[in-house]
Amino acid sequence: MPSQTPPQTRIDRCFAALKREGRPAFVTFVTAGDPDYETSKAILLGLPEAGADVIEIGMPFSDPMADGPAVQASSLRALQAGQTMKRTLQLVREFRAKDNLTPIILMGYYNPIYVYPSAAFLDEARDSGVDGMIVVDVPPEADEELCLPAMERGLSFIRLATPTTDDKRLPAVLANTSGFVYYVSITGITGAAAPVVSDVRAQVARIKRSTPLPVVVGFGVRTPEQAKTLADCADGVVVGSALVEAIRTTLGPDGKAGPDTISSVHRIVQNLAAGLRGAASRV
Amino acid sequence: MASPTTSDTQAPNSFRAGPDDHGFFGLYGGRFVAETLMPLILELEQAYEAAKNDAGFQAELRDLLEHYGGRPSPLYFAERLTEHLKGAKIYFKRDELNHTGSHKINNCLGQIQLARRMGKTRIIAETGAGQHGVAVATVCARFGLPCEIYMGATDVARQSPNVARMHMLGAKVHSVTSGAGTLKDSMNEALRDWVTNVRDTYYIIGTAAGPHPYPAMVRDFQAVIGNEVRKQMQEREGRLPDTLVAAIGGGSNAIGLFYPFLDDKSVKIYGVEAAGHGIDVPNGHNASMTGGRPGVLHGNRTYLIQDEDGQILEGHSISAGLDYPGVGPEHSWLKDTGRVSYVPITDKEALDAFQLCAKLEGIIPALEPSHALAYVQKLAPTLPKDDLLVMNMCGRGDKDVFAVAGYLGMKI
Ligand SMILES: Cc1ncc(COP(=O)(O)O)c(C=O)c1O
Repeated sequence: MPSQTPPQTRIDRCFAALKREGRPAFVTFVTAGDPDYETSKAILLGLPEAGADVIEIGMPFSDPMADGPAVQASSLRALQAGQTMKRTLQLVREFRAKDNLTPIILMGYYNPIYVYPSAAFLDEARDSGVDGMIVVDVPPEADEELCLPAMERGLSFIRLATPTTDDKRLPAVLANTSGFVYYVSITGITGAAAPVVSDVRAQVARIKRSTPLPVVVGFGVRTPEQAKTLADCADGVVVGSALVEAIRTTLGPDGKAGPDTISSVHRIVQNLAAGLRGAASRV
Repeated sequence: MASPTTSDTQAPNSFRAGPDDHGFFGLYGGRFVAETLMPLILELEQAYEAAKNDAGFQAELRDLLEHYGGRPSPLYFAERLTEHLKGAKIYFKRDELNHTGSHKINNCLGQIQLARRMGKTRIIAETGAGQHGVAVATVCARFGLPCEIYMGATDVARQSPNVARMHMLGAKVHSVTSGAGTLKDSMNEALRDWVTNVRDTYYIIGTAAGPHPYPAMVRDFQAVIGNEVRKQMQEREGRLPDTLVAAIGGGSNAIGLFYPFLDDKSVKIYGVEAAGHGIDVPNGHNASMTGGRPGVLHGNRTYLIQDEDGQILEGHSISAGLDYPGVGPEHSWLKDTGRVSYVPITDKEALDAFQLCAKLEGIIPALEPSHALAYVQKLAPTLPKDDLLVMNMCGRGDKDVFAVAGYLGMKI
């Protein structure tokens, strides 16, 4: 049985510190190996200083069914540059060697984990310094497959709650969730329509009535203003598509990283972080 | 038990009992979808269970299948092909004579009725060969529901007659350019639409794959094929068939033929996969059970064509309907249990069979059942003359005539 108060993880410590500071968490998403391994490493290493509190690293997959065009293209760039699951874990190890504080969440789809196979992947992820995982296509109904084995290894399994997660289902979604809850602000794919703030506020409040965990909001967040407004109704926001779009628009004509690729991602993160620091943590 | 590895593949008491309550056929199947879709998938499962046991629903469906779909389809003795191959007595189950030209209508009539019962007001679907897209567009026209079809750009080009038909039936066709622009990519895009419009939209999946309950539901709607064969063969020959052969894309026409016979031990069953350029050509085929390994895609665990890293490959087949790197989960289980034999047929073998059938039987088959036919060409001569072989002629070749003329270098 998972205990109510697990040993403090990097994620728990991070959210506790943010709470003391009275500001929301800024969660950034980029894809491992996009547009190439070294550029991706430089982007990741600079994220905490640019203002990221938590880093989600996308594990590229050939068929990212829950993602919009921006993340799809990012995944494809990474795969074309030779990114693999092994190299993604390597990237985390290299990051951890330099930063032992910032929580790292791997996000992706089940198949590359399943064929790794799962147990070996979870072992190596833990040993590489991964803190948590979001696996889009493994629902709570399949908890024995991945979620429980991840928890046994001290990895947080972070669940997505969505606008269709009704009160009947919410307990199942929250049951084995740890670290934080990721509220998907829209029915849709990443990078799609902007969320309606009043809906998000009501839904986050509903989730928070059922769990002591922090709730962060993602999908469709792009601008500092939007991030600030949404952060006002939750414990943090996730920005992803806007960052991988910045990678795409700064690529050279050969499709390789351009001179501004790394700095432009960091600049957007700085702007978003500044916007968010203008927001007080709420709820 | 001596070896724990045999537990998944032991012969069960019945081959017709699956899936279990969680939608698994042994290791395969399940519900591997994003949370946004989960509540709907569970609702669909309940709605389907209720409909299945509702005599009114079943009676309505039977009426539609008969008067709109044209069922039962004939069981035809292919006399000249039988003489030519000098072996088994070959019958075609003529599902290519159905309204819209393939078995796909059987499933669409069932699912559109379910969508209406569930109060859904918008229909989406993926399609490869366009036969499913046409069948969906047809039932949507018939019941006055708006319909959007996702079709890979490669398939839009090679199955253009079906694209025109969908337009004429009032459907909106989205040409999908991601990946290789084939069935896998159209399914990704349909899933993205569904997750966005989940509240009002019903997704009619065209094959016996996807998250539970689709594989079981599509099988049940297609089982009318095998049930008719049982009855028709009894009337013609006074006994069961000995051998069944069907092409496997996602596996719906095949499971529809096979399912009613799975517990008849005397019946030998063959599923024919698309070997494209050849089973040894890397990424050159879509024979997922012959040349793939288990993984998770599109809501279910099943055999998939994938690389070492778990990235799904596009594969290849001349037939758009078989050009899919996965297969329905029940087939994966039937393979592991050994109940069904899955065999590969190349593009070239299928093209040869296509021409042979047109010339010998006056039937232009779709490229999908041409694969089944090519295997019949190999198998029938090895069987005794009293072996009753049934091949599922699951689609007509009208959609393929331009593409095949191109491959054969014909001027038209
Ligand atoms: C005529 C025909 N046969 C077979 C298939 C393959 O699908 P399944 O394996 O589900 O029968 C298709 C799919 O488009 C088709 O159009």
